[in-house]
Amino acid sequence: MDTLLQQLINGLTLGAVYALVALGYTMVYGIIGLINFAHGEVVMIGTMVAFTIIVSLAGSGMPPLLILSVGLLIAVVACMVLGWGLERVAYRPLRHAPRLTPLITAIGMSIVLQNVAMIIWGRNYITFPPMIEKQIYEVAGASFTNVQVAIVVLAALVMIGLTYLVQRTRMGMAMRATAQNQHVAQLMGVDIDRVIAMAFIIGSALGALAGCMVGSYYEIAHYQMGFMLGLKAFTAAVLGGIGNMAGAMAGGLLLGIIEALGAGYIGDLTGNFLGSHYQDIFAFMVLIVVLMFRPSGLFGERTGDRA
Amino acid sequence: MNILEVNGLRVSYGGIQAVRGISFHVSEGEMVALIGANGAGKSSTLRALARLLEPAGGNVRYRGKELLQVPPHCLVSEGIALVPEGRGVFPRMTTLENLHMGAYARNDKVAVARDLEHVLGLFPRLRERAQQVAGTLSGGEQQMLAIGRALMSKPRLLLLDEPSMGLAPIMVQKIFEVIRTVASEGMTILLVEQNAKLALEVSQRGYVMESGEITVTDESTRLLADPKVRAAYLGE
Repeated sequence: MDTLLQQLINGLTLGAVYALVALGYTMVYGIIGLINFAHGEVVMIGTMVAFTIIVSLAGSGMPPLLILSVGLLIAVVACMVLGWGLERVAYRPLRHAPRLTPLITAIGMSIVLQNVAMIIWGRNYITFPPMIEKQIYEVAGASFTNVQVAIVVLAALVMIGLTYLVQRTRMGMAMRATAQNQHVAQLMGVDIDRVIAMAFIIGSALGALAGCMVGSYYEIAHYQMGFMLGLKAFTAAVLGGIGNMAGAMAGGLLLGIIEALGAGYIGDLTGNFLGSHYQDIFAFMVLIVVLMFRPSGLFGERTGDRA
Repeated sequence: MNILEVNGLRVSYGGIQAVRGISFHVSEGEMVALIGANGAGKSSTLRALARLLEPAGGNVRYRGKELLQVPPHCLVSEGIALVPEGRGVFPRMTTLENLHMGAYARNDKVAVARDLEHVLGLFPRLRERAQQVAGTLSGGEQQMLAIGRALMSKPRLLLLDEPSMGLAPIMVQKIFEVIRTVASEGMTILLVEQNAKLALEVSQRGYVMESGEITVTDESTRLLADPKVRAAYLGE
């Protein structure tokens, strides 16, 4: 029972992060049908930038929470610029190319960003300085920290804000219209280039936020961290139905919980033959099962030609 | 006065010329029909004017302006609205949201609200379906919605691409009644239609397209009486 509650809490934390990253995949896919495989690296760059800012401000005597906020803010802005630049330089020239071309380009950009990060931040694990004094709360035999609370609350607020933006604002209307019929949206006066750029910019901002959360949670960062995180968030997006924003949120949370429960019980299930460090297999088992039995995902309506 | 003057317009798909340098004009307040067989290049002409595809050559003057230099998404602010072939409603938006998308480029909220009432008056069916998701509307209702959405942009020139396509005869009648009403309110309309009889009955002038070229042009009543046109397009 303790394990169950504990792993649900951990899963919720992890799931909140997956959901934010999954939104970046799903927004771009919904609008231009591209799986932006470099998105995980955008998240990683977000973590790294925040790390650099926080470390360089650490001795300045500023209050820790302010330092964290400044680091977060600069990371978000840096990733917005990066996302915008990726679209402008790598994907826009391929807008009318066959679908495989931008996909390969995305993988290429992912490798480029990893290597740039390796040159700047080195190939070793770096310690993300803890800026929030950790407090541990205990409820019914399970424990959680104030960092976890902050992650879940912040993610929830951001997702509510994003839903408002997409459902209620003019920009959101334009994004939904473009996702549903690009040509007709243009006839209505929507500047398609701008909408596509916005999808990258917003997705990257969410990614940077998620990156800072991961950094604060695990207190560690690495130039390859975006790969696995990105792949899992992509799985979450597919689980929810790629292209569907509510699906990405639900898929992220669900995947986080599945993974945490899996990690919590895998030892019991296999008679301690496999330990919790095998937790990564659950995400990919989910991906395989979804692709086999419900490729359109939980919330997805379209099936068929989209690769 | 000519609101639209098309000179030597060409459209190609790959190496194939769909429209071979056609010229025509539309005057303020008139309805002009572009008729012809399937594949004659009618829709390509309309799509090129709305810049859903880039013309291979020619020039288009619209209210004294060189239209091909206007970025595609700015056409609606210039007063050009296309009702695309196959309707093109936003399937996961409600009827009302679709209509509001029609007014996306406008800032005059009060006038938009008034135009919304006008459109819902033209199509009472759309009022009944206001909160329904557009993808679940019938074909005729979607066509009403597509026309209503175009009117929401308060166009000066309405381009209609095959509004009768795939609809039951009773629905075609309803749609054309509204087109007539809109025209009688002073709207300038360029109508592309395979149903030549219907198109010539509602329009003042007509152009007949064949294999990417305009072969005949005259007043619609005279085209209706022309034995050659009757033989080729009116099934007689």
